Amino acid sequence: MVEKSEMIRVEKLNKSFGDLHVLKDIDLEVNESDVVVLIGASGSGKSTLLRCMNFLEIKNSGNVIIEGETIDPEKNDLNKVRQRVGMVFQHFNLFPHKSVLENVIEAPLMVKKIKRAQAEKEGKELLAKVGLGDKANVYPNKLSGGQKQRVAIARALAMKPDIMLFDEPTSALDPELVGEVLSTMKELAKEGMTMVVVTHEMGFAREVGDWVVYMHDGKIVEKGHPKELFSEPKEQRTQDFLSSIL
Amino acid sequence: MPTFAHFFETLLESYPVFFEGLWLTIRVTFVSVLIAVFIGLFFALFKISQSKILNWIANVYIAVIRGTPLIVQIFIFYFGLTEFNIPKFWAASIGLALHNGAYIAEIFRGSIQSIDKGQMEAGRSLGMSHTLAMRRIILPQAFRRALPPLGNQFIIGLKDSSLAAFIALPELFSVATTQGARTFDEMTYLLIVAVYYLVLVLIFTLLVNLLEKRLSASD
Repeated sequence: MVEKSEMIRVEKLNKSFGDLHVLKDIDLEVNESDVVVLIGASGSGKSTLLRCMNFLEIKNSGNVIIEGETIDPEKNDLNKVRQRVGMVFQHFNLFPHKSVLENVIEAPLMVKKIKRAQAEKEGKELLAKVGLGDKANVYPNKLSGGQKQRVAIARALAMKPDIMLFDEPTSALDPELVGEVLSTMKELAKEGMTMVVVTHEMGFAREVGDWVVYMHDGKIVEKGHPKELFSEPKEQRTQDFLSSIL
Repeated sequence: MPTFAHFFETLLESYPVFFEGLWLTIRVTFVSVLIAVFIGLFFALFKISQSKILNWIANVYIAVIRGTPLIVQIFIFYFGLTEFNIPKFWAASIGLALHNGAYIAEIFRGSIQSIDKGQMEAGRSLGMSHTLAMRRIILPQAFRRALPPLGNQFIIGLKDSSLAAFIALPELFSVATTQGARTFDEMTYLLIVAVYYLVLVLIFTLLVNLLEKRLSASD
């Protein structure tokens, strides 16, 4: 078997907000094309861990290594690093003053400085890919939650990232709209995108995840393949969590 | 009190006398508010900046301007600037601009801070610098949100420009007092100038409403 290259490595990561110690000595590795699903109760630190991976939160100690490069927030250009690590948010955070296509091409135009014609062509392709080819000129307020989140995914993909982070991408959606976003994410996983996903969708974790990581109280309690972790969790706390939600 | 017929007749007849003053009022207002918007934007950014020094500069500026009467400020600029042969028009415009700028700074600060934090995060997560995200994502939305209070401030600025009459700038209000003194018919001319201001404010209100409607297409 070919060794997959390492995309993200987190070493002894600690993060506090004031007196609140949110992440405690986290070690985690994400390899190329892996889909790593972070699960755990709210307040367990999973979103903070995700946000440390694109430096929206800056660690207090430890290392975050992106594609082999240890990132020092003081020295590295984080804007450059973030171009390689896309993110999708719980509340979509689409730009309401821009049309769907403008949302998608904004960063390629302004950050990567590619030509407008090229950006629009690629943007339209991405919108078609997430099933919204006909919505290019619509403003976000005219979209359903599921459509908004798919635009947000297209917007992140427009920067051609190597890694995609998903922060509870379906938590703000009406139940009937969850499916369309998950299937878009499934497609992406199938294409070999490296993904780290914070979610409460256990079905998705089971079906798409290569690894499931259970976090509790700022620590990783257990990491395993979904089949093993869901059917025979090794830790009592994982069992308790799973039985409380399933 | 003048009869309505007399008032109406004088209103129509005095148009040529008022025209210069009307035009001057419009110029002073537009120039001062335009400068005020830029001043306001800069001081708003100073106020929300991480730098304590910039915060302090903005706070002192706003405190001084809000803590002193506009008429005093206008006279200070009048005596201060005319000493350097700067015309009265600019003394009045700069005085009004610095005055309105302090209020507009607070308007912009509020509207920038009212934009959801997720907007900046989304911009940053796409690789934008803080400045780029501020310019492309936050400020366009903040400006739209600031438009109603900004329009209000513009109306205040228009009416406050009448204080320039006290440094003998021949704008609308000054025309009214001069004509009143000349004809001993003060009340008629004061009523006429009130109509001029009222119509200007109504026209401007209409324009702001139209602009708001156009900009709210995406809301």
